[in-house]
Amino acid sequence: MSTAVRDTALFGLVAVLLIGTGMIQGWNSALLILNMGLISAIMALGVNLQWGFAGLFNIGVMGFVALGGLAAVLVSTEPVPEAWQAGGLRIFAGLALGALTVIAAVMAQKRLEGRTKTIATLIILVGGFFLYRAVFDGGKEAVEAVNPALTGNLGGLNLPIILSWPVGGLLAAGAAWVIGKTALGLRSDYLAIATLGIAEIIIAVMKNEDWLARGVKNVAGLDSPVPDAVTLQNDPSFVERAASLGLDPVLGSTLYNKMGYAVLFTIVLLILLWLAQKALNSPWGRMMRAIRDNETAAEAMGKDVKSRHLQIFILGSAVCGIAGAMMTTLDGQLTPGTYQPLRFTFLIWVMVIVGGSGNNFGAVLGGLLIWWLWVQVEPLGLGLMSILSSGLEDGSPLKDWMIESAAHMRLLTMGLVLLLVLRFSPRGLIPER
Amino acid sequence: MDFLNALVAFANFVFVPGLAYGAQLAIGALGVTMIYGILRFSNFAHGDTMAFGTAITILFTTAFISIGITFGPLPTALLALPFGIGATILLLLGTDWAVYKFYRQQKASPVILVIVSMGVMFVMNGVVRFIIGVRDIRFADGERFIITAREFKEMTGLNEGLAIKTTQAITVVVAFIVMALLFWFLNKTRTGKSMRAFSDNEDLALLSGINPDWVVKVTWMIVAALATTAGVLYGLDKSFKAFTYFQLLLPIFAAAIVGGLGNPLGAIAGGFVIAFSEVTITYAWKKVLVYLMPESLEPDGLVQLLSTDYKFAVSFAILIIVLLFKPTGLFKGQSV
Repeated sequence: MSTAVRDTALFGLVAVLLIGTGMIQGWNSALLILNMGLISAIMALGVNLQWGFAGLFNIGVMGFVALGGLAAVLVSTEPVPEAWQAGGLRIFAGLALGALTVIAAVMAQKRLEGRTKTIATLIILVGGFFLYRAVFDGGKEAVEAVNPALTGNLGGLNLPIILSWPVGGLLAAGAAWVIGKTALGLRSDYLAIATLGIAEIIIAVMKNEDWLARGVKNVAGLDSPVPDAVTLQNDPSFVERAASLGLDPVLGSTLYNKMGYAVLFTIVLLILLWLAQKALNSPWGRMMRAIRDNETAAEAMGKDVKSRHLQIFILGSAVCGIAGAMMTTLDGQLTPGTYQPLRFTFLIWVMVIVGGSGNNFGAVLGGLLIWWLWVQVEPLGLGLMSILSSGLEDGSPLKDWMIESAAHMRLLTMGLVLLLVLRFSPRGLIPER
Repeated sequence: MDFLNALVAFANFVFVPGLAYGAQLAIGALGVTMIYGILRFSNFAHGDTMAFGTAITILFTTAFISIGITFGPLPTALLALPFGIGATILLLLGTDWAVYKFYRQQKASPVILVIVSMGVMFVMNGVVRFIIGVRDIRFADGERFIITAREFKEMTGLNEGLAIKTTQAITVVVAFIVMALLFWFLNKTRTGKSMRAFSDNEDLALLSGINPDWVVKVTWMIVAALATTAGVLYGLDKSFKAFTYFQLLLPIFAAAIVGGLGNPLGAIAGGFVIAFSEVTITYAWKKVLVYLMPESLEPDGLVQLLSTDYKFAVSFAILIIVLLFKPTGLFKGQSV
């Protein structure tokens, strides 16, 4: 079987799985899986850029995804003028002071020598920290005191939410620049721990800085780039069209809404995939792989390994940021408490490894396939457990335990899939060519 | 008197909790550092190994209590600990046989082993959830305090009390015993010496007739003992929740790296460095400062440098600072 046929067959398998889901569990759930699968595929593309192209071990994906979600809130929600008056300027003055402190400390590190360097850096950092807190804290309190039950934050720019997708990418890229500047020189394991830590810190900031996006109080009711179900149900012409197709208006409107998202997400995915393919097959892509395979040799050929790494780290993180903004748009809400590394970092890694690292189509396939599996493992596990425990009488503790533990099948299955692929097909379903 | 009050407040809120937390991190970091030194990869499944050992220990604890065996004033979990360690040894040896052995024979690069350990992490996390669920479990029984704040106040007549929980004292004592045993083993026994030789120079160690399979097996057994002990101590002191243990990975790795990966002494030092920094930076110092400063200078706010939710940021900041200025850690660790 030629590789092209094989690859097409694998994507066909995903299509069959989704259509099967649609026929058995309803088209609503099939579209739900498809939409999140498309977003997962974009995240996997981002990780594949970093790991597949350049061999960078980034396990802070969650942080960049969350930053994208933050962008959705900051771009689309309405500004809160009272909050801006109460302390908006003060917050930004505080942040500016904080940034200046860091810049001054870095300058001191670069310009000064010996003991003066250490002492000056310490004085700048400690002094700057207290100055920053003195200015920032007041502003934060003032803003968070404004109508805390409803807002308590500065609000956003009141722009169309679709703009937040590129903005999410930019936000993630900015964070990636800072992280890359400090951490990319480290060895792979250290970079892994560093990115893991940064992701946790980003989540901690989003949970605690209520002035930014209300923290754990969450922001709900975000705008939607496609007409939402309720608007459609109140639109007589839509109801008429749905009826002519033989659809109930409630079902029809949710399907229409989800289809709209699916089309938008597919467009974004195709653009990114096209760009990634172009990059992979360009001199730049070949250089990246050369650096990945032998850093020393590439450096001897005059390639600037450090800045190439920084470049691709930023690009990959930006892709994850875009996906994060898309996900928050789809959910219609930002809930910082729900970001967990197993779901948003390690699961994406499973997708990349299973799909085939170093191959963009592999990453996309992995994203769609693993997401489908992630969603379906629970019902499948429950079915399996009911069959296994059917011989036991109802209410026996063993049966209850078996049914209950079906809920924990997900992580176990993901781990087994990852281990099996690594062991028997380490290059993934669609290997690098 | 004011000075004494300040000292007691400091001991009560910073020193004692920091010491106990530091000891827990140190034992956890010892496990990470042993795997790194001998098997040469960063084991992401370590947090979940700790959770597994603790879960089994909890099962045995409940079983013991239900048949009426307790440990007097001490927590019953200490009696169940050896059983937890035994189960974890079996789990880790099984994992090594089923998973890691293949990659070792292939001489796979460390980063592949790290990804493999991610898979193991998923599986172990799932297994722990199967065994015990995702609930928050408190399993400490026996006396809660060695000395309560009130008793201390009555005894000394000071305004501030010093409470020492039994679990804190046990943590420190057990940690001390574990560390002493480990260093005795590594420095005095034949197997321990061959492990250090293997860690320093694998080829030379193999040449001199050291059996690598035995070294690897013993390493996993020690790691199982360390991980279970660390997990049980942490769970006794706070509570058991599978997800928290996964999150402990970050401070534990920070401790191991700050101390110098592969260096046991460094892991211990790193554990305490991370723990004390976390506690001091997220503690509201007002309570201590009111005793030390003249009334006119008393602080208005809580004098908390960072809110407690940023404790990850602290371990992380220390990690970055050490890596940038002293890449091999405080004590000289290995580099790949």
